[in-house]
Amino acid sequence: MRKRSNAPVFWLLFGAGGMLSALFGMALVFITGIVVPLGVEPYGDLMSYSRMVRFAQNWLGKGFIFAIVALFAWHAAHRIYHSLHDLGVHTGALAKLACYGGALVVTAVTAIALLSVGF
Amino acid sequence: MNHKAGTVRRPYVRPMQGWWRRDPFFVRYMVREVTAVAVALYALILMGGVVCLAQGVLAWNLWLAAMRSPWSLLLHGVLLYAMFVHAKSWFEIMPKTMPMMFVGGQRVAGSTITRCGWAATALVSVGVLGLACWWAVR
Repeated sequence: MRKRSNAPVFWLLFGAGGMLSALFGMALVFITGIVVPLGVEPYGDLMSYSRMVRFAQNWLGKGFIFAIVALFAWHAAHRIYHSLHDLGVHTGALAKLACYGGALVVTAVTAIALLSVGF
Repeated sequence: MNHKAGTVRRPYVRPMQGWWRRDPFFVRYMVREVTAVAVALYALILMGGVVCLAQGVLAWNLWLAAMRSPWSLLLHGVLLYAMFVHAKSWFEIMPKTMPMMFVGGQRVAGSTITRCGWAATALVSVGVLGLACWWAVR
């Protein structure tokens, strides 16, 4: 039997991350990067330490943060890997390792940090 | 193309340098692909935040302070625009990547699927902003 391709797995992660970033990307960047830093009320104190720890300790909040960070990373890694060819970079095992390995590191670091925040 | 060693023939190979600048369609394609860099950056910024959160209140406040710097605000303005471009292109491609959908024997038009995508994003955005507002004031 022919060895099964692992492409569908990466494609699925790419699709899930793409959909999630199309749905949530704008709202999240707007809140975390613009509204909260500028102190626009009522969002001025939204990301205080105590609030964010409670959010990250809640299983729903934990899951949300993990899904956003990990799937965004896998989406970006897959797209950047396939764009390298368009820029004239001949992709090989090294480029693949850099792209998907990067996403894997982001996933692992986020998971460890979220676990160490506690429940 | 024949590139065997020792061949005397040297065929003309069309240069591919800057190929995507030749056609507005290709430019749009490259802009769409570049949004991945924005998505990656945002994932890294959030990952940094989660790591700081796990380190304690001091690290977290440092991260918050970094987010308040003018460079960060400028970057997030660019990221916001990139997220918009990504969502726009994502929903424009969705009719082509999705399996065909039929309602009452009629194939659902691509423009309908694109509009549904935007409606979902609008709903999610209002929901997230509303939920955050409710959480901030309670």
